Amino acid sequence: MLEAALTAWELALLLGSPLLGAAMLAVFGHRARAPELNAAFSVLTLLAAAALVARIVVQGPVTLAGEQFFVDSLNVFLVALTAFVALTTALFSRPYMRIERDHGRVTGAGMRLYHSMYQLFTFVMLLVLTTNNLGVMWVAMEAATLTTVLLVALYRTHASLEAAWKYFILCGVGIAQALLGTILVYFAAEKVLGAGTASLLWTHLDPVKDKLEPTVMSIAFVFLLVGYGTKVGLVPLHNWLPDAHAEGPTPISAVLSGLLLNVALYALIRCKVITDGALGRPFASTLLMGFGLLSVAVAACFLSRQRDIKRMFAYSSIEHMGLMTFAFGMGGPVASFAGLLHMTMHSLTKSAIFFAVGHAAQKAGTQMMEDIRGLARVNPTVGWGLMLGTAAILGMPPFGVFASKFLILTSAMAQQPWATPILLLSLGIAFASIFGKVQPMVFGDTTARRLPHSPALVPVFTHLAMVLLLGLYMPPFLADWYRQAARLIG
Amino acid sequence: MLLHYGPQLVNLLAAILLLLAFAMLSQRRILSLINLFAAQGFVLFLSTMLVAWLTGQNHLYGSAALTLALKVIALPWILHRLIRRLEVKWDVETLLNIPSVMLVGIVLVILAFNLALPISQLAGTVTRSTLGIALACVLLSFLMMITRSKAVPQVIGFLAMENGLFFAATSAVYGMPMVVEFGVALDVLVGALILGIFLFQIRERFDSVDTRHLEKLKEQ
Repeated sequence: MLEAALTAWELALLLGSPLLGAAMLAVFGHRARAPELNAAFSVLTLLAAAALVARIVVQGPVTLAGEQFFVDSLNVFLVALTAFVALTTALFSRPYMRIERDHGRVTGAGMRLYHSMYQLFTFVMLLVLTTNNLGVMWVAMEAATLTTVLLVALYRTHASLEAAWKYFILCGVGIAQALLGTILVYFAAEKVLGAGTASLLWTHLDPVKDKLEPTVMSIAFVFLLVGYGTKVGLVPLHNWLPDAHAEGPTPISAVLSGLLLNVALYALIRCKVITDGALGRPFASTLLMGFGLLSVAVAACFLSRQRDIKRMFAYSSIEHMGLMTFAFGMGGPVASFAGLLHMTMHSLTKSAIFFAVGHAAQKAGTQMMEDIRGLARVNPTVGWGLMLGTAAILGMPPFGVFASKFLILTSAMAQQPWATPILLLSLGIAFASIFGKVQPMVFGDTTARRLPHSPALVPVFTHLAMVLLLGLYMPPFLADWYRQAARLIG
Repeated sequence: MLLHYGPQLVNLLAAILLLLAFAMLSQRRILSLINLFAAQGFVLFLSTMLVAWLTGQNHLYGSAALTLALKVIALPWILHRLIRRLEVKWDVETLLNIPSVMLVGIVLVILAFNLALPISQLAGTVTRSTLGIALACVLLSFLMMITRSKAVPQVIGFLAMENGLFFAATSAVYGMPMVVEFGVALDVLVGALILGIFLFQIRERFDSVDTRHLEKLKEQ
């Protein structure tokens, strides 16, 4: 009884602290100390997430607040990851946004908007993860678009306004399809569970999934795939993603890539579990595999044509999301484990890369790769951060991304041998394109200037160290945890 | 008496909804487009009230009230204010080839009916025959967004799509649970407000709200 009350408090703190943060920063967000306040709220969120993790790992899944919230090992893992990256990004954005303000790119009102929306965005992502209600999940997912759209347009340049408009319209239309999918799921569930909120609760749907009408569920999943797939950035629904990443402030690129895409994929996985259960055959899984593979291949081909550094890493995110989608589509304990591991590694590495890229672009005064040169000479830490991050994301051996990519490839060889050549070829192309572009940026002569505030490098190296450590040694409790979560995906 | 003709009356309202969707597709004046959107909201309100009364689903009265407040009053009011402040009130869009757009629309309606057929056969609601129309409205709004180049009509297309989805929920399952309906309504309202702010930023930067200016970002 006491434990249930404690868990409820932890959840309340988890969701309440970013919400309160958003309200406070909407008022004080332009003050000199606002970045610290922003980070403090993120610390609070991370503490709540850590407490929740400790409890769930011991106790197993729980439902809270009249079954409106549900936490199991799958979503608590993403809650922890989200809270952690949200904190490190808040730490990174502290000097980053100050420098942007000094450069005159953001006004006081812009800072207020930025800080407040940052916390609100954290809140809606945590809501998507912890809610038990598929309808509320949709509402929060749409809210995630709404909170970030003004941030993408924060600099109010031609390009950023265009990127934000594209983001809004494409994701808005996409997510509307997911609403239709959710209505159809409710339609199928109502036949079995009766009308009312209970029919949209995941914990009620999961046990009766084999009784749901298969035709309706298959149509529903197609709509859900289009809807949430747009937010995951699956090809051919990915058009908004490179623009939004390239034109928004870099901390936002980091959380979009490192967190939002994961959260959207999580929604898709939950829907996949009930759809495949209803159909009794891997219909949703096959679709996920197909779209995943297509995303990997197409994104790899686009990488070499990029000139803007943030755009290039945005395409790399599409490639990695495709890889995860493919892994979850394959299913089975090993592939799902690999998918979850890759999700963690990608989030940590990609956000570290964006942190380094952000400072590199501020130094060079441009995001064009041909104009950024010799980072290792002027600021070795930024240069090496970028180099190591790139090596990690490309799957160089000691880093954790190598382990997860390797696992995905080996399980592909075992389960879907036809896909392996496509995957290997795409990864090869991606390697050549990214490495060839980053190498001259880090080494060589330079004209870069000094930054008015010292860059935030602790987050970069913390993330990279974690990725390195997890590549060398995975603690048994973490492996158990991933295995538990992988079992839930099936 | 009314109970007997009730289902037919719902069908009639659904047909009006479809007609309004076509009217929006071909309407070139922004001001008339907003009025059509408000009319669509009002028909939606009437049909939801009627279904609530016919079936005794009390929570549908709540949805109907929400529809009235949001789609007939709040959103059209926001849009009217927006076009006045943006000074695009009397704008007339040059739409290319209205007849062929209409033909594509008809094809979409047929497609929607085919898609809805297996679902509506399974539905136990009195309104199941209107599900095809609801899907058709969604697809027609989608078409409208594609064919328009001005920002405000695109936004109206987006909102009309949500109308279609709401109607689909009413015809297939007598509406979603109230929590979800409130959440969706909140998202739509906040979305419309954000879009309003956003359109001002676009106009300030580009001196117009024509989205043809927003086509610079492309792959090299």
